[in-house]
Amino acid sequence: MKKTFSIGGVHPDDKKISAGCAIEVLPTPKKVYISMAQHLGGPAKATVAAGDKVKTGQVIGEPTGFISAFVHSSVTGTVKSVGLRKDLAGIPVIHVEIDVEDDEWMDGIDTTDTIVREIPQDTKFILDRIRNNGVVGLGGATFPTNVKLCPPPDKKADILILNGAECEPYLTSDYRIMLEKSEQIVIGAALMKHVLGVERVVIGIEENKPEAIAKMKEAVASLAAGTAGYSGIEVMTLKKKYPQGGEKQLIDAVTHRQVKSMGLPIDVGVVVQNVATSLAVYEAVQKNKPLIDNTITVTGECFPKQSNLLVRVGTPLSYIVDWLGGIPETAAKAVSGGPMMGKAIANMDAATLKGTSSILFLTEEQTKRKPETNCIRCGKCAEACPMGLEPFLLNKLAKNRMYDELEENAVQDCIECGCCLYSCPANIPLLDIIRIAKGDVIRIIRSRTAPKK
Amino acid sequence: MTTTIIWTIVAITVLGVLLAVVLYLVATKFKVEEDPRIDEVEKVMPGANCGGCGFAGCRAFAQSCVEAGNLDNNFCPVGGNDVMKKVAAVLGLEVKEKAPMIAVVRCNGTCANRPRTNDYDGVRSCKVKAALYSGDTGCLHGCLGCGDCVAACQFGAISMDPATGLPVVDEEKCTACGACVRACPKRIIELRNKGPKNRRVFVSCVNMEKGAAARKACSAACIGCGKCAKACPFDAITVEHNVAYIDFNKCRLCRKCVAECPTGAIHDVNFPTPAPKPEPKEAPKPAAPAAEVKSTTDKKEE
Repeated sequence: MKKTFSIGGVHPDDKKISAGCAIEVLPTPKKVYISMAQHLGGPAKATVAAGDKVKTGQVIGEPTGFISAFVHSSVTGTVKSVGLRKDLAGIPVIHVEIDVEDDEWMDGIDTTDTIVREIPQDTKFILDRIRNNGVVGLGGATFPTNVKLCPPPDKKADILILNGAECEPYLTSDYRIMLEKSEQIVIGAALMKHVLGVERVVIGIEENKPEAIAKMKEAVASLAAGTAGYSGIEVMTLKKKYPQGGEKQLIDAVTHRQVKSMGLPIDVGVVVQNVATSLAVYEAVQKNKPLIDNTITVTGECFPKQSNLLVRVGTPLSYIVDWLGGIPETAAKAVSGGPMMGKAIANMDAATLKGTSSILFLTEEQTKRKPETNCIRCGKCAEACPMGLEPFLLNKLAKNRMYDELEENAVQDCIECGCCLYSCPANIPLLDIIRIAKGDVIRIIRSRTAPKK
Repeated sequence: MTTTIIWTIVAITVLGVLLAVVLYLVATKFKVEEDPRIDEVEKVMPGANCGGCGFAGCRAFAQSCVEAGNLDNNFCPVGGNDVMKKVAAVLGLEVKEKAPMIAVVRCNGTCANRPRTNDYDGVRSCKVKAALYSGDTGCLHGCLGCGDCVAACQFGAISMDPATGLPVVDEEKCTACGACVRACPKRIIELRNKGPKNRRVFVSCVNMEKGAAARKACSAACIGCGKCAKACPFDAITVEHNVAYIDFNKCRLCRKCVAECPTGAIHDVNFPTPAPKPEPKEAPKPAAPAAEVKSTTDKKEE
């Protein structure tokens, strides 16, 4: 029987309409805007000033703390300005604006297509390359990868899970890289396996991507046969269910271990990395190439030209869309990310980030909220919640600001997957309310635990 | 039959007496000593339990007044000076008079002034909206228009004006408890001195972006040009982070800044105008001053 996580989950329609589109390389725009806040944790500090010449792959932002990451120039050109610019939610963030000239890569970066299969033995060398090349988790949270690969000394991982679930409808960027760069992904997995010192790597892929499963299995088999360091890697077919790509859900599906409330995967001996992160790790370690481009799906039923594009970080969204023929007239909403967890794009002039996975266009009919009616206590939200919470109750408690009760009912464990809202027949905006309450409760918990340290 | 009734009455009476004795003993043993003045102070409080004073309710406020021994840090914004005088009389303390305050909405981003750049289709809550993104206009700092302040007001003093999309404060009903100030995620609402004859002058904008960006987002935005600060003879105006602020303790209501402002971001309220008499409500300015501002800018452009 195919595995999946044990509680909750929903089955939204697949709609992987861009799955057949091979990855194209988007021409570099005339200008890029590279954000200094592309990762979880402290924003990077810009190390360049207006007028500086930068090469492709040059460091332009330094980390400002333990949980932070390097930012590199994705193009060659002249820095025009360093200043505030609005991101896709319209919030001003420090961006480095670069006028693009002819591509000239930094020395030491391997830009050839040859696949380097040999695994370096020095783990510090691997970790340094991951850190110095600014690799962050590309599954959504953009957590610095090197930090995740260095668990605290008292905790030991025994399994690495690669997340190839891509459970969100519409998104196909992970699917495409699994098809086209399967060998690189497996090498990346082997590198991380070596760093963590684990024996077992599971690449979890949902059953709706049979070609990717076959391709990845083939890559694993050929690498395991030819080179040292590739043993113990397996591809696992998972049942299709949203949100399988959630860290805790994937751990449950693959290992049947449960991460406790407010806990981390490492507590149960697991590290989870996205397949795109694995590719970035491969490029960073074997090619010394910083994370300066990523694959982005541009899709939607109303969008005429379905695409999977390899885009340089900092490319304005409007440039990408114009290159593909502009925003369709019937589009009512643009979303960055999948339709379940993605963020609405309020500013099309915003630039892409390392973690941008898609631009999705939805029509008025698909996106318009229906009027809210009363809760009929049907319990569908509680049934759908993959964390085993009771969204209807949390919603009520949040409206009455009962923070103690919210904490008792584990609002802090909400993963914001949106299953409750998706399944609610009364169209109650459960997630919007719960998300705010979760933020408040986490703030309360932190303020309570902080002074003790 | 009658014996049953008699026995029942006797049993119940004995039980009652016994329990009364137990209750009396417990009451004397566990008696809570409480200052009787707390009750007295609570009696003169408005009893709204709004929390405007910073305490959980009127009783908590009364307790704090009694325990503190002075009234320097305690003030009931709802009851105002009258209630504080009564509290002072009960406790035999002195109280300084405070100028009456009122909530002031510092945003003039009406539908006409501030074009919408996108449609918001989410939950009608400013808190939710502010956590999601910058808002459905080009202005980062302006009113989100979902009415969290209206919901927070226990006195029914704030309402949304459907024509402008901005909240309007009813001067009669506002008690300056500050609930709306705390509810507003954009910190637009400020408690300011009510002013003599309810007249006051304030900058109706909190946009901290640079002039060009602020003006692009909203035609009535403060662009931080500093003209008002130069015109002010009392040093009441400071321009910080590209936005002017009028210190109401220094402002003498000369209104020189109002004429000077190129965008009409400075509002004067309840001043008599030569033309039609102003309404007592804090409605948008009558046509006359707005026209004046326009004509002055026109002249400059010429």
